[in-house]
Amino acid sequence: MLKPITARVVMLVCQRCVSLLLSRPLSSALQPSTRALHQLSHLPLQQHSTRHTLPQRHSRQTWRHFTDHQAASPGVYNQIDLAQKEVVPLNSDVHRIDLDAALHPSPLQEISEEEAVQIQVPSVLPTESSTLRPYVDKSETLSKLVQLGVNLWKLEQRPNVGSMLVRLDFHADVAPKLLFLKDLGVEESKLGQLLTKNPFILTENLDNLEARVSYLKSKKFSKQSVAAMVTKAPYLLNFSVERLDNRLGFFQKQLGLSAEKTRDVVTRLPKLLCGSLEPIKENLKVCELEFGFRGNEIQHIVTTVPKVLIANKRKLTQIFDFVHNTMDIPHSLIAKFPQVLNAKFLRIRERHLFLEYLGRAQYQPSQPSYISLDRVVFLPDDVFCSEVALATLEDFERFQKTL
Amino acid sequence: MTTQAVRLFRKMDGLFAVYKPQGVHWKHVRDSIESNLLKALNSCPPPAPQRAVQFQLLSRGDNSSSKDLVLSPSMVPTLADHPLVTGPQFHKVHVGVGHRLDAFSSGVLVLGVGKGNGVLEHLCKSHVTRDYTLEGEFGKATDNFTYTGRVIEKTTYDHVTLDKLERVLAMIQGANQKALITYSQVDLSTQEAYELAVRGLLYPHGKSPPILTGLRCIHFNPPHFTLEVQCVNETQKYLRKLIHEVGLELRTSAVCSVVRRTRDGPFKVENALTRQHWTADSIIQAIAHFSKTTRKIRKSEMYRQTAAQSNSSVEVQEQTRSPTEQIN
Repeated sequence: MLKPITARVVMLVCQRCVSLLLSRPLSSALQPSTRALHQLSHLPLQQHSTRHTLPQRHSRQTWRHFTDHQAASPGVYNQIDLAQKEVVPLNSDVHRIDLDAALHPSPLQEISEEEAVQIQVPSVLPTESSTLRPYVDKSETLSKLVQLGVNLWKLEQRPNVGSMLVRLDFHADVAPKLLFLKDLGVEESKLGQLLTKNPFILTENLDNLEARVSYLKSKKFSKQSVAAMVTKAPYLLNFSVERLDNRLGFFQKQLGLSAEKTRDVVTRLPKLLCGSLEPIKENLKVCELEFGFRGNEIQHIVTTVPKVLIANKRKLTQIFDFVHNTMDIPHSLIAKFPQVLNAKFLRIRERHLFLEYLGRAQYQPSQPSYISLDRVVFLPDDVFCSEVALATLEDFERFQKTL
Repeated sequence: MTTQAVRLFRKMDGLFAVYKPQGVHWKHVRDSIESNLLKALNSCPPPAPQRAVQFQLLSRGDNSSSKDLVLSPSMVPTLADHPLVTGPQFHKVHVGVGHRLDAFSSGVLVLGVGKGNGVLEHLCKSHVTRDYTLEGEFGKATDNFTYTGRVIEKTTYDHVTLDKLERVLAMIQGANQKALITYSQVDLSTQEAYELAVRGLLYPHGKSPPILTGLRCIHFNPPHFTLEVQCVNETQKYLRKLIHEVGLELRTSAVCSVVRRTRDGPFKVENALTRQHWTADSIIQAIAHFSKTTRKIRKSEMYRQTAAQSNSSVEVQEQTRSPTEQIN
């Protein structure tokens, strides 16, 4: 805590610094609300200065005053120094400052506690910053976003997102979108994650968002599924209705699925509507031509594991090659347990080789001691060792080190 | 005042070994370990945020009926220090890789964290031997010496016996022994050279081609055979080529199916961490386990440097070398 006198001096100097800084055109990146804050604090000073105007006063005389204050409080020396470097001739009438106005008492005069408390020291915000940190405490938008759980650090890494957020006004831009999302059925705890993924929903036109949601509802997506889709794929509402229609039509036609099943697939993996269609076409071709699945098998695979459509083609091929050619599992069984295409290759290989080493690699359902694919792939290590391989975890690890 | 994360970070200083699976590039191994360590560091609770003084209008405590509000100072945590604004506490943990293993090979890969990276350099400079297990298959030759490559030729291997194979291996080992003496830069006619050779402390000086210091067949069941190799300055490609040349010497051809490193200097396969154990807890345990070895490597390197300095200043003839071979 500063003593009253020092506080007063700091206040005077700071106000003048700020007013001088403000006489320069501010960087356009500075948010409007911050600027308003500056001007608000600057207002009483300007009122004083317009009362006794001495038009021909040169800026040098202002500096004499500054040096006076400097002598009074060495603590603010650096601040004044900083302000001196920023000096520009004061040309416009609005920003003319008359420091001879005798309204302010001497800086050394004692003031009462109440008066000291009334003094508001405006903090100087940087006009440029590589992070949003300096603005968070001052900007309503940013502080509310942090309280919602938006990861500002992640957002400011992305180009232009930081300055976009700083320019937003909470009541005009942010609040309506939040209410809209809330009405849509998005959970409050998920709002932060959603905005971290897609901050651009805040700048989108509200009518467009409404139109897209009503389009999805016209396609008989239930309210819950729309909310789940928006939560899972935050960019969904940023795409135009034509694009969404195009995607939905593609899935229904290309996969030959019924409307019901298409809706189910899209609800479970709404990313399908956001991304490019080329990799999906490619994966379908890989399944059909390279793997040799039949049409109905592909349909079954896609409806159970939609992720196969956007998986990496090389990884898919690697897994299929191992499962089909090394483990000798026919297409029909793979289509029965399509989750195996979504598993980790190393895991499948290690477990298969371990089972083979133990002489338990028996994947034919008609034979005794049959081991199903999902038991090989999806059990955690300890359960796999005790139930499927009938060995200890240490043995499995020792075996891994011989591969 | 140190936070929990900083304390955890200080423990991440040293060397440890992991077991690299086949088919994975060493960069992936390094990156996944680095990201695991970072995740553990950043999941620690963040330091307490700075507090700022704020004046708030509050009603008077003593007389609640009066309407006038009074400004009262209070300490409020600033949002600027919120973890969502400042981002993660740690952005990088330096993880260095010792002698590399290419994607086809598997086995012990030495990694260094933090200050361990300096020691890692010493380990690379000191000429420790490494053990490999090579599995080969007679009957065909491919363009990259592995069984996955494009097949260039197919041959018969009925005439190959264990006796013939061992004769070829002995010949290769003899040639390598000769090379070792040449590259160790000792005068063969001196007593020191004799003593070093007797104790098996000869090692190549400076840069040298790959040299095999030990080579034997541990399993022979044509067309499959398994070799155990000790070597310095090798690459995995050189070892695969070795299998190919063994095949050629036996008047047939061979491809390599497995290159497995079972030891890298003092780091053995028993203490290497498998894929499931690449977590911060296990890594810190492994670092603590290898801390003695790390200290030994650092010390022997310092000894070697001082010995080299005194040698050059007094201009004495070749003195006994520092026993870097002894650390394993």
